Amino acid sequence: MTYFHSVKLHEDKCKGCTNCIKRCPTEAIRVRGGRAVIDDARCVDCGECIRVCPNRAKSVVTDSRALLKDRKFNACLVAPSFFGQFRSEVSLGRILASIKSLGFSHVLEVSRAADVVASALSKHLLGPNVRYPALSTSCPAVVRLVQVRFPDLIDHFVPFDAPMEIAAYAARQEIKLATGCSDDEIGVFFTTPCPAKVTAVHQPVGQGHSQLTGALSMAEVYADAFKFLPKVTHEEPVYGSARGLAWAVSGGEGTAIAKDDYLAVDGLQHVIALLEEVELGRLRSVKYIEGQACIGGCVGGVLAVGNPFIARLRIARMSQRLVSASLPALDLAPSALTLRQTLLPRPFLQLDANIEVALQKLNELEALVGQLPMLDCGACGAPHCRALAEDIVRGTASSTDCVFVLRKQVSSLAGELMDLAGKLPPAMGRG
Amino acid sequence: MVEQAVLEVAYQVVGGDFSQAGDGASRLKRVLQQIGLAPALSRRIAVAAYEAELNIVIHAYSGVLKAKVSPVKVEVWAEDQGPGIPDVELAMKEGYSTAPDHVRALGFGAGMGLPNMRRNADELEIKTVLGEGTIVYMCFANRA
Repeated sequence: MTYFHSVKLHEDKCKGCTNCIKRCPTEAIRVRGGRAVIDDARCVDCGECIRVCPNRAKSVVTDSRALLKDRKFNACLVAPSFFGQFRSEVSLGRILASIKSLGFSHVLEVSRAADVVASALSKHLLGPNVRYPALSTSCPAVVRLVQVRFPDLIDHFVPFDAPMEIAAYAARQEIKLATGCSDDEIGVFFTTPCPAKVTAVHQPVGQGHSQLTGALSMAEVYADAFKFLPKVTHEEPVYGSARGLAWAVSGGEGTAIAKDDYLAVDGLQHVIALLEEVELGRLRSVKYIEGQACIGGCVGGVLAVGNPFIARLRIARMSQRLVSASLPALDLAPSALTLRQTLLPRPFLQLDANIEVALQKLNELEALVGQLPMLDCGACGAPHCRALAEDIVRGTASSTDCVFVLRKQVSSLAGELMDLAGKLPPAMGRG
Repeated sequence: MVEQAVLEVAYQVVGGDFSQAGDGASRLKRVLQQIGLAPALSRRIAVAAYEAELNIVIHAYSGVLKAKVSPVKVEVWAEDQGPGIPDVELAMKEGYSTAPDHVRALGFGAGMGLPNMRRNADELEIKTVLGEGTIVYMCFANRA
């Protein structure tokens, strides 16, 4: 299986430092030949390495707006977090109008879909056959994290698609109904705050196809929409639900659920720590866990321009100021919300497909760990000593990759040389 | 005859230290994932091992969580130096707990430990000596 990735490395800029290998939540990066190398099977496209790279050697590959030319109608799906990039005095209607003017025939707030999911969610969590704690599917980096690192928690996911997908479906329905055109005449684009959602568009977390045509960088769309804003003379109709808008920030999904049954966690490392608790059978009293890869939620994505905490405040202010909405709630059949894809495990921890061999390798691994310095310096290109030991038994690294092991071997070799140099053949030695 | 591959691990458990409670079970879980046990099985083992580890933290002075993994089964021992269990039959009852209030205040000691172990393990055996300690033995068959 080949995996699509939106996080790309620029080899010319990478200096081979160890910042990213240490911070990658799935330990997917190694330094090889002085450059970072990302393991396709392990990477979940969370974007953490982009955030920490001091040389800007990693970036997000997003789609180009040139794609708009290919289709008759183009809808822009505006993420709730997008609004948080603007000052709170700017009205939602003007922001939407400004985005639309960039070449779209339609704009649709993703918060409209989030609102529908919120209602369905509160009903679902009270129903039968729910494995508590149920997990949110809205952050694709978290969904993939569970697939690769917590495969036995897959059946905890709620059976709903992410609001982005549902909004795309709704946009297609709306355009088809209004214009009578066919699906291939419609382009649907999402303004993404993160690489995880670019990947979700091009390779959905399950097996199916995305309803979206492409994912546009929020930073790029913002730059142009911001420039155009002073020229905007009208307001687009707004749905503007505070409950939907809240999905921009961590904890926003909880407005649909009783507070004491609900847990929000942001930052992928924190999500991992919490899922480890769930794996051990704790937290059964919690009904729903909203995990977000980025600190602060979607406003903390690497493609969001503003500070996530300021964006959070702006979203709160905008929500308070919302007057009556001019657009109705999305009228969607329950089937439109259902996750159309089966989530499959993508475990990477297994050392060998044969259990006997895996056991042998694990024994070797434990023995190797005893020989390594356990300083986790990263000079070998692996994030920590144990990871190097894993790489060695997998056959992708050697013990002399460790500078301490190498130094020891050089020093014992030097000792042997000295010994040999002191020895004289019997025919010599008369001085 | 080829000797069957076996892996043995042991993790120290400190009585009363809730900050580290679960570390042993988490490390065991990772080992089981590396071996490639079915997720559902490794989860059952991790949950049961966690409960056993937690019992040492709650009730005993010190102990060790041991595991022996072979292709056909996983055996887990939770051995402790502690007060022992006065009435094992009672301790197996759901909701029965002798955990002190300060432990319950932390959200532990709900009396589900041993019942949870019994539910998850294929075999459960308890050897206990009052005033000395307890050995909980659990066996999980790998039917894959």
